[in-house]
Amino acid sequence: MKHIRLTRYRKWRNVFHQSWMMIALLAMLFIPLVLVAGLIMKSMLLLENHPLFELLFSSDWSPLSSRFGFLPFIVSSLWITILSLLISAPVCLLTAIHLTQYAKRWVLRIMHPVIDILAGIPSVIFGVWGILVIVPFISHQLGPLFGKSVSGYSILAGAFVLSIMIIPFMLNMLIELIKAVPNELQEASLSLGASKWQTIKLVVVRKALPGIVSSFGLGMSRAFGETIAVLMVVGNVTRIPTGVFQPGYPLPALIANNYGEMLSIPLYDSALMLAALILFLVVLMFNVFSRFLILKAETH
Amino acid sequence: MNNKISIHNLCLSIDRQPILKNVSLNIPTNKITVILGPSGCGKTTLLKSLNRLTDLIPGVQQSGEIMLDGVNILNGNQDLVDIRQKMGLLAQRPYPLPMNIYKNITYGLRISGRRNRQFLDKRVEHYLKMVNLWDEVKDRLKDPASALSIGQQQRLCLARGLAVDPEIILADEPTSSLDPISSKLIEEKFLELKSQYTIVLVTHILRQAKRMADYVVFMYLGEVIEQGTPDELFNNPQHPVTKSYLSGQFY
Repeated sequence: MKHIRLTRYRKWRNVFHQSWMMIALLAMLFIPLVLVAGLIMKSMLLLENHPLFELLFSSDWSPLSSRFGFLPFIVSSLWITILSLLISAPVCLLTAIHLTQYAKRWVLRIMHPVIDILAGIPSVIFGVWGILVIVPFISHQLGPLFGKSVSGYSILAGAFVLSIMIIPFMLNMLIELIKAVPNELQEASLSLGASKWQTIKLVVVRKALPGIVSSFGLGMSRAFGETIAVLMVVGNVTRIPTGVFQPGYPLPALIANNYGEMLSIPLYDSALMLAALILFLVVLMFNVFSRFLILKAETH
Repeated sequence: MNNKISIHNLCLSIDRQPILKNVSLNIPTNKITVILGPSGCGKTTLLKSLNRLTDLIPGVQQSGEIMLDGVNILNGNQDLVDIRQKMGLLAQRPYPLPMNIYKNITYGLRISGRRNRQFLDKRVEHYLKMVNLWDEVKDRLKDPASALSIGQQQRLCLARGLAVDPEIILADEPTSSLDPISSKLIEEKFLELKSQYTIVLVTHILRQAKRMADYVVFMYLGEVIEQGTPDELFNNPQHPVTKSYLSGQFY
């Protein structure tokens, strides 16, 4: 009898644990859906009052007189993201190639935990460092070099801080990708008389290319959403930036700076929700696009 | 017998772990030399040391001499690209380069600066015909090489190696991942090619060794146990380890 009871107990416990994990999985999938639905519902108020085209392509942002043009924020975000990728992508790719192809084994062994630690530094610290080092550097050295008198709080400062932040994130992915290229493929290329550099350029990078592109895409989506460090050095001026030395106001900063302050104005509240929705969709787009690139390259 | 390569006292260790111990052997010109032995006996390492792919292994140490046409290639001031272009490598599994069929064949030529379109076209046709692949792929030279079957890929890899006009073919168990028909094609090709090339074939398949060999080297645990003509080695082995291997007591 005891034996049977034990078996039954074990069976129930099995069912319990299985369903528990299923619930965790469903919650993980369900919460983002609820989140998007909430954002859409909240931003409907604004969308009913203003045409979407005007919201996206007008640069007139004066919430108190109920004019909401998101263009300055969207343009700022794009500037900062693309610029930070232009700074960090070559650095990451060359570092990853060096570490996997040229460096001694112990260097890579040391660099692995170092990169992980870099990736774990809280972003606010990068923000403070940006204010203390990057902003004065741009204001005192780089700006005058180009004949400009600037405060230093600028698109460039944001992009620079951001690129430092996404480097460990992308570098980790790139190292794994390049390490995954089979040795035999390199041997094949070398045995045909290719030099090491030709092998890296024509075979290793070519083989890892879909992954490289998608890691840049994932880095971009991360950069696009990064808030606090950028907010601290970018100046937060609502105007379409026309140069890298000018201040900008990216979407995440808009939400973080203003949410909770102006909730008495329903349309303003709704506008910030729309900003969050745009942010969400753009990041989603980057991710889907980089996955699509992988898929296309793999079938080729 | 005229020797293309002769190896004297080659020792190779990885992280101080000896892999090849005092290997000395001769590889005759325009013959098929079979290196036979159980898995893990250092056959592949020996083969790769011939075109210095062993340089890539982290923590590797080599000593001794590998004389290629009378010149020691382990000597530091040899041009690796020259040495490697003299040898075509065929690996255990085909590794087509991540590009199309045409570019795979012309890779070795293009990286050494040959860009004349007509010249390359001719070479592609010549070498694909040489490995009996031309009729199967002539209409899809621009397709990625990875779209071919494994057997076709291995023949492509052979053609790719031949296209750089080597003097020696290094083959590392080239049929081990192939179906019987593709294997047979490769074996027949080798027997044809040996009039023009010196072939070094690594295998652990006894029957293949018997079919192909002009000269046999038997290796065990990093050492050359015995070497000689197939008749000497298969019919009259001297060493007890060779005897027990040939009688199938271990693989």
